[in-house]
Amino acid sequence: MFDRRLIQNFDWGFVIVILLIGSVGLVILYSALTAGHDVGIVQPLFKKQIIWMGAGFCIMLISVIIDFREFDKLNLFIYVLCVGLLISVLLFGHLGGGSRRWLVLGYFRIQPSEVMKIALIISLASVYSTCVSQSGLNFRKLIKPAILCLIPFALIVNQPDLGSGLLLLLIAASITLFVKVERKVFFSFSGVCMAAAPLIWFLLKDYQKSRILTFLNPDRDPLGAGYHIIQSKIAIGSGMLTGKGFLKGTQNALSFLPEQHTDFILSVLAEEWGLVGCSILLILYFILLFWGLNIAYNCRNMFGSILAFGITAMIFWQIFINIGMVMGLMPVVGVPLPLVSYGGSSVVTNMVGFGILLNISMRKFSSN
Amino acid sequence: MTQFSNNPDREWVKQRLIMASVCILFVFALLFLRLVYLQVIKGEELRLKSEKNAVRLKSIKSSRGLIFDRNKKLLVDNRPSFNLKITLEDAGVVDDTLAKVSKIIQVPVSELKDSIKKAGRRAFYTPVTIKNDITRDQLAVVEAHKFDLPGIHIDIEPTRHYIYQKTAAHLLGYLGQINGKELQSGKYPNVKSGDSIGRYGIEKSFEPYLQGKRGGKQVEVDANGRIIKVLETVEPVSGHDLTLTLDLELQLTAEKLLEGKEGAVVAIDPSNGDVLVMASNPSFDQNDFIGGISNKKWKALMTDPGKPMINKAIQAEYPPASTYKIITSLAALEEKQIDIYSTAFCPGWLKYGNRKYRCWKKNGHGEVNVIDAITQSCDVFYYQAGIKVGVDPLAQYAKGCGLGKKTGIRLANEKRGLIPTSQWKEKRFNEPWQGGETLSIAIGQGFNLVTPLQMAVLIAAVGNGGTLYRPRIVKRIEDSYNTVIQKTEPEITGGLPAGEETLRIVREGLLKVVQGDRGTARRIRIKDVEIAGKTGTAQVFSIKKGEKIDSENLAYRLRDHAWFVSYAPAVNPVIAVSVLIEHGEHGSSTAAPIAAALISQYIKGRGVDAQKTE
Repeated sequence: MFDRRLIQNFDWGFVIVILLIGSVGLVILYSALTAGHDVGIVQPLFKKQIIWMGAGFCIMLISVIIDFREFDKLNLFIYVLCVGLLISVLLFGHLGGGSRRWLVLGYFRIQPSEVMKIALIISLASVYSTCVSQSGLNFRKLIKPAILCLIPFALIVNQPDLGSGLLLLLIAASITLFVKVERKVFFSFSGVCMAAAPLIWFLLKDYQKSRILTFLNPDRDPLGAGYHIIQSKIAIGSGMLTGKGFLKGTQNALSFLPEQHTDFILSVLAEEWGLVGCSILLILYFILLFWGLNIAYNCRNMFGSILAFGITAMIFWQIFINIGMVMGLMPVVGVPLPLVSYGGSSVVTNMVGFGILLNISMRKFSSN
Repeated sequence: MTQFSNNPDREWVKQRLIMASVCILFVFALLFLRLVYLQVIKGEELRLKSEKNAVRLKSIKSSRGLIFDRNKKLLVDNRPSFNLKITLEDAGVVDDTLAKVSKIIQVPVSELKDSIKKAGRRAFYTPVTIKNDITRDQLAVVEAHKFDLPGIHIDIEPTRHYIYQKTAAHLLGYLGQINGKELQSGKYPNVKSGDSIGRYGIEKSFEPYLQGKRGGKQVEVDANGRIIKVLETVEPVSGHDLTLTLDLELQLTAEKLLEGKEGAVVAIDPSNGDVLVMASNPSFDQNDFIGGISNKKWKALMTDPGKPMINKAIQAEYPPASTYKIITSLAALEEKQIDIYSTAFCPGWLKYGNRKYRCWKKNGHGEVNVIDAITQSCDVFYYQAGIKVGVDPLAQYAKGCGLGKKTGIRLANEKRGLIPTSQWKEKRFNEPWQGGETLSIAIGQGFNLVTPLQMAVLIAAVGNGGTLYRPRIVKRIEDSYNTVIQKTEPEITGGLPAGEETLRIVREGLLKVVQGDRGTARRIRIKDVEIAGKTGTAQVFSIKKGEKIDSENLAYRLRDHAWFVSYAPAVNPVIAVSVLIEHGEHGSSTAAPIAAALISQYIKGRGVDAQKTE
């Protein structure tokens, strides 16, 4: 069964890029977690993250084994399973920080909204691969994909986790635009979105409104909501060209940075390694994304192409939203930086994504 | 599947992917330019900001609103508390410093170290509190040895102070540290972890007014976390001050009279429902709760058989006993079952069914009418009246008089008492109502339960001509500049279900209880003021399961409760008093004298006031 060609086609370059990004991530995370503690003592969270990375890497290799075309057949099953998880998180999820996002299973907790991203990408790829056309999709063909998106979106926003919900919509929208929609559809949809934007304002919770207002004017509340973003910008800027050096960031060590090991970890990199360090990470990410698009191009199966594109879009949006937020280009939204931010669910989800990309890459020559 | 979907047109896919690449390129260029802007163009400026001056936020605690009595006498204020803090970076050899501090404040070094450990990594850069609220003597020593104690400094914060220890503790309440759940609930936007909020009494129910608003200081600190200069200060806003309806002098007297007894005293102004006195004994010292009560003290309070943590005026329910005869009289008169001329013959008992129901007076009262029956508290008269009226109509009158439901006083955990009906018994015990039970109810024994406050509201209404008021405890709420924020008005909750003539008859009976020659409380008469009232002796049937009482205490715990409810003067009353003494045995001998003493003091005091104002 196991074709030798598969090993020959194994995409070593892609794996190396992932390992490089992961290593950069661990170096920054080490610094972020050491802040305020004695240098030299390895923090427990750091050990945990290494375990997650290792586990993620194994999961990535495992997800290479099953032919990606199996996902096409199983798409509905995977989708329903993930929606089921989302529903159960609403029912018996672990309550933390005012929202239910986690499902506790014995020793570890999982975040179904993370897994849902992959499931949705698979389902959309499966649906679109049967109806894609040069002229673009019309309204009728978009009904099913729209339903597929809106069910998990509603469930995730209900947790409430607006950040993850919007990320899901952005991924779905990217895939849809990639397979092309009719001009008429595109313009009317954009029109509706613009008209609806002011209405959404009234649906937002107070803290969400204040985040947006703070983004527009960080000096509105420098002691409260604006504090994080001001401190983050100071940290990034103070890194200058080459940074203050490993473990030498004062913003980081003096605990001025909020969530420095999760969402704001880029500020630690920027402070300690400067523009040089940030550029290296940006370039690595850039290579990763292009590699993903290249895999989509080389695949001779429509489902595989769309799937590869979808995974790449998922990585792209996380990078863009996180870095944009940390640098004050975007309101504060809780989206982690792939392979760098601390967090098991995020590591595993992204690794599964990379595994699928490898999978498609290996089988690029087999059409059906 | 169509041919197209299996073998996509690669040119077409390429074209779409190039568009995607352009988007990615554009976004990455944007991110890179932003990085260049922050790190190169603004780099110098931001580096300076981070290295030399970092902006920190220091919160300033607001002081809680003050609480005054009705005559503007201060009951609760805030005193400065001196908190010992340590900044590790400046402390030199930390162990040496801690050892010296430990000697001065007499706290083991291990405990001091624990508080530092608890602060976690914050401890390296910000001062950590190692001991709250040191005494002034300790403060003096610390100040004197300032130079031997590097890194140690003293922070002054306002702390709650209850001026009169144990006085009105149940009414005023106490504070407790806010817990994580409450912080997350969003109900306390101005409270930070470690702060205290009202946990009981007025401190709890008026928390939003008393709380105030935290202020803040924006300070610049150097890389070592030391404050270099204050950039901006938002002053804290003090909480609102409360003026109570409570009369401190009267409250103190009531508590003195309650000393050594267990029970409650409530006094109300019948003309508006103002609570003049609310005392419950045994009491507790609210100051013990500041900064967290010790486990030992809390345990002692919770296991005390006298239940010091319960406000017996509103949270304890007792059988009303003979004070309930007021209700039975109202009901029988209003239902026209009796009139002023009807009499009953009391031989000392009444046979009902095949049981003999005894009057408290063995030899009987002889021929009595309703006024005599109230005056001498004749049980046989009320057995007969009760049978005529019936249990359910009687319950309706009781409820009309405000019993069996909360009075609506603005305190948490008020009990509603219990007024039984035949339907209630059916539901509760699945048994039909027995005729004999009506007899018990008519004299206030049996299932009936009331709180001392309910009885005070009731007797005040009898005195003022029939108006039931919601008991008021806070008269006025003012901000710290004495601007009135809220003025509470007397609130009428209903009227007694009785006509003028009925009330006149009942009042005559109540007057004779004290002023008549055969009245049960004739011994408490005082000069110049006519008191009207009703005594009561409530049987204690059993001891609750699980209540541990040694044999010496057993006899005491089985003694009857003593009631006295009253108002004075008999015409246009200015005060209504309800007294309950647990295990006080006779209303006339233990409860009534307390009421008389309070009435006497209050009316004398008013007389002086009245002269002053004239």
